[in-house]
Amino acid sequence: MIVTCIQRVGRIAVFLVRVIAQSGPALARPRSVVHQVYNAGARSLIVIMLSGLFVGMVLGLQGFDLLQRFGSEDALGVAAALGLIKELGPVVTALLFAGRAGTALTSEIGLMRATDQLTAMEMMAVDPLRYVVAPRFLGGVIAMPLLVAIFNLVGLFGAQLIGVQLMGVDPGAFWSQTQGAVELNDVTEGIVKSVCFGVTCSLVAVHEGFTAEPTAQGVGLATTRTVVISSVVTLLLDYMLTAAFLGR
Amino acid sequence: MSEPVIKVRGLEYEVGGRSIFKGLDCEVHPGRITAVMGPSGTGKTTLLRLVTGQVNPTRGRIEVFGQDVSKLNRPDLYALRRRMGMLFQNGALLTDLDVFENVAFPVRENAYLPEAVLRQLVITKLHAVGLRGAAKLMPSELSGGMARRVALARATVMDPELLIYDEPFVGLDPISLGVIVRLIRELNETLGITSIVVSHDVNELSLIAHYSYLLSSGCVVASGTPDDLRASPLEAVRQFMSGQADGPVPFHYPAPDYHTEVLGKRSDR
Repeated sequence: MIVTCIQRVGRIAVFLVRVIAQSGPALARPRSVVHQVYNAGARSLIVIMLSGLFVGMVLGLQGFDLLQRFGSEDALGVAAALGLIKELGPVVTALLFAGRAGTALTSEIGLMRATDQLTAMEMMAVDPLRYVVAPRFLGGVIAMPLLVAIFNLVGLFGAQLIGVQLMGVDPGAFWSQTQGAVELNDVTEGIVKSVCFGVTCSLVAVHEGFTAEPTAQGVGLATTRTVVISSVVTLLLDYMLTAAFLGR
Repeated sequence: MSEPVIKVRGLEYEVGGRSIFKGLDCEVHPGRITAVMGPSGTGKTTLLRLVTGQVNPTRGRIEVFGQDVSKLNRPDLYALRRRMGMLFQNGALLTDLDVFENVAFPVRENAYLPEAVLRQLVITKLHAVGLRGAAKLMPSELSGGMARRVALARATVMDPELLIYDEPFVGLDPISLGVIVRLIRELNETLGITSIVVSHDVNELSLIAHYSYLLSSGCVVASGTPDDLRASPLEAVRQFMSGQADGPVPFHYPAPDYHTEVLGKRSDR
């Protein structure tokens, strides 16, 4: 079990190096990368925005209830903003990305494998890593921070909706405290996390698709593995990055 | 006779502990259509995968254009593959590109032709397979026969010296079958391309093949012209050529005794 895990991590690491090596040539064709940003990013917008809104609204409710006990309702904006920017935004977006865009990437590449399209490219002296994998990987890496930013914005709007419009928190206090308390370090932490999760989720998705068994069952299993591995690794990485940023 | 385009010597290939080839020898000579025949599961497609460097042999040597395929690094292997074209059993068209872009794909990726020249080349190739009018269709809009013809246009767009056909006749209606057979013969005759056709369709291969290899149990059991094979006294060859259900290739997959399995052992009753 442990040996299998180490072997898998090793294979994914080698795969990452090969994909990065092909990312330069892939970037030379910006249209295909932009197309993949659209596929992974724009097509995930609805689910990201809806989830962001509801997560923000729940934060607003729970945060108001908690802060009211200490008479600090005005700090609701700070609590929601920090919670979203540092933790919930990157993590929830990554989990949603793995479920929506990651599975789409895996099944698309896996089906290309099953229908001999990747082999046909190899036979035409075209490296599928350059033509198929690298643009999709880059598309995911670029899309993730953008999706996280949108999730955070909509989430903050949701928290404001509940806190200010419903519970009566002073809007001036809500926004001014948020503006004053959120520092560059907090934003940096969110950006670093979103980039790391973008690399992780995109890499897992394209790797599982590329190495899928060329059968219907194989593609199905690879899609399931994408969600499981991406989710677990995202949460593990989140802990490690949080500990690193807190200096613990 | 001129140097063979493909030379296979003592080929052994094992996968998952199962031996696919046990010392296979064969040659493909330039300008000829060479057929590789054999019952299903005998390793015909695997032989193509070995010849094209998709997998490496366990033992033995495969030379293509004088180069040992298993020793080539990726850039050299790609350089070798630029001299080949391959028609896949299912066409393997890229599903996100239309017919025109599918045929243009190898040229766009491997050569830097002006758009006007590329367009002329692709239209010429599509015209040759009778599908110039289908240039804007997507692969999902094509029938099986049309997809096979588009794949053939794509396989020939780089003007390869060697064309490899993997089961080109499978699942085609009689008209599409006749078209593919005619195209394979015409390409060979007009362009002087060396061709390997892997198939188990004896009748179609007899029409076009100059030389045939019959594979069974991991090695070549017979070779020669289609007429030589038809006249062969070997039982394995006769069974295959005349389509007999039972013979050296048994009808039944190895299994325990039928009566025992159906009725159970005496002590079980």
